[in-house]
Amino acid sequence: MSELELRQTTVEASAEHLGPRRRRMPRAGTVLAVAFVAFLAVATVAPSLVWTQDPNRIAAADAFESPSLAHWFGTDESGRDVYSRVIAGTASSLLIGVSATLIGLALGLVLGVLASFGGRVLDFGVGRVIEVLFAFPGLLLALLVIVVAGPGPVTATIAVGLSTAPGYARIIRGQLVGIRSSHYVEAARVLGHSPGRILARHLLPNALVPLFVLATLGVGQAIVWAAALSYLGLGAQPPAAEWGAMLAAGRTYLPTAPWLTVFPGLMIVGTTIATTMLGRALTRRGREGR
Amino acid sequence: MLAAGAVFVMWAVATLTFFAIRLIPGDPAEAILGGPGSQASQEALDQVRRDYGLDQPLLVQYLAMLARLVTGDLGTSYALRTPVADLLGGQLGGTMLLAVLALLVAWILALGLSLWSTGRARVAAAVGEGIELTAAALPHFWLAAVLIAIFSTGLDWFPPIATGTPAGLVLPVATLAIPLAGFLAQVMRESLLDALQQPFVVSARARGENTTGLRLRHTIRHASLPAISLSGWALGWLLSGAVVVETIFAMPGLGRTLLQAVTLRDVPVVTGVVLLVALVYVVMTVVTDVASRLADPRLRQEGAR
Repeated sequence: MSELELRQTTVEASAEHLGPRRRRMPRAGTVLAVAFVAFLAVATVAPSLVWTQDPNRIAAADAFESPSLAHWFGTDESGRDVYSRVIAGTASSLLIGVSATLIGLALGLVLGVLASFGGRVLDFGVGRVIEVLFAFPGLLLALLVIVVAGPGPVTATIAVGLSTAPGYARIIRGQLVGIRSSHYVEAARVLGHSPGRILARHLLPNALVPLFVLATLGVGQAIVWAAALSYLGLGAQPPAAEWGAMLAAGRTYLPTAPWLTVFPGLMIVGTTIATTMLGRALTRRGREGR
Repeated sequence: MLAAGAVFVMWAVATLTFFAIRLIPGDPAEAILGGPGSQASQEALDQVRRDYGLDQPLLVQYLAMLARLVTGDLGTSYALRTPVADLLGGQLGGTMLLAVLALLVAWILALGLSLWSTGRARVAAAVGEGIELTAAALPHFWLAAVLIAIFSTGLDWFPPIATGTPAGLVLPVATLAIPLAGFLAQVMRESLLDALQQPFVVSARARGENTTGLRLRHTIRHASLPAISLSGWALGWLLSGAVVVETIFAMPGLGRTLLQAVTLRDVPVVTGVVLLVALVYVVMTVVTDVASRLADPRLRQEGAR
């Protein structure tokens, strides 16, 4: 079991146990989640639209101001506006999270396809590899990668990607095996289509939506793990406005200026909740469309 | 069968770690002597190579490592020059205490929350789901900081660093337990909803059993089954979380030792912690399997076939 698989099963379950919808109206939670993700997208592409001042403007006289109307999230030790810095850090935090997710997803896809299509021996082999990788729980595999490759934002991204790959692999294998035993794949096989054609024409297109849901769930997890590595000083380093690095820098001032820690962390929590809710909404939509 | 699988996983973890470590660029002998900046003499390097067996062929080194592992010898720390087994042995207890307490607290929180909110009126169910979702999204490093800000700096109820007293354990355990409870409660809710639709629930209701009694007597076992089988995963997840929590609360333990060793690239210590955590994970997998059978008679019958 991996954290990702757990998120996946709970999302499936929550979609399963929902009663029939009364009105064709999206839920309030889904709307909020979409709005939050849209806000993050704007902050990534055009941060200057949503920040209130230059995130690097130093004003020693304004140091350690608590949150107010002028500085929504307060100011840091150099008088920089924390809200603007959080916005400025969105791009790098999301970039790390999305890249790590893509790495994990790509590796998981390769392993999953090999296991579900490479015959019994490969399936057994890949299964054992995944099982062994699960014996490095949580951040442990990522820490091992960092020991080998050295700390830094790029290795942290790769480390998170690698350590989430076994979870993806097992879910993808399960999904592909499920699709493979469906009637339309059986029909295609009876018609004499080659395995490669079946894979390209039937399996991967049908696995696309679940893969997208999976990636949505994975991004939240990847952002948390990457931020944890940054927090431990093994990922992005403090002058950077990356959320984990901001949290690490704020740690020294926790007793006097908790807002330096609270707000960058709230962005991480908000992103994880929003992506989970989006994953649920997508799963639900998939069920109802059928 | 289970034991053979466990031995295989341990062997594979040791092998994978051994060869991964060889990918580190640079001369291991130099690393032992303090890195490229240390200007170690050729004699010193040769001496270290002999001491650590680095002059042997890779295969010999690998077999020697396996032979040492079987006897419980994890090698010698590069940085501290003490046997890794002694170093970690003294810390395993504290970290396990932390992890097991967190697991228990998470169990109690999750069970309470899901028994209270599952299948209730819309508002209670929505509140329950919202709490679970939020709890599962809380990163340890942030939750720890917020708990310290509220209960330590603000209210002054608990110390901000672990002092070795029970009061010092409260915040670290809470930090680890709350997100885990979110995960466990989500899974419990699922099986509880299934259980509440079973015929035996209807018949208990027809006998006049009230809602609370019904939940406590008839559905609690169903609710806990998936969470029992998750406990192996959960303990591994907690040990990984201990890296962050022990660092923040300045507690001695495996997690903090691992982080220091990663920073210093103290390879034997990293390998030792990884192997120890893998061992705990593998043992827990066997234990949860047995526990599931104890809690669910249906599994026992399947096994007897």
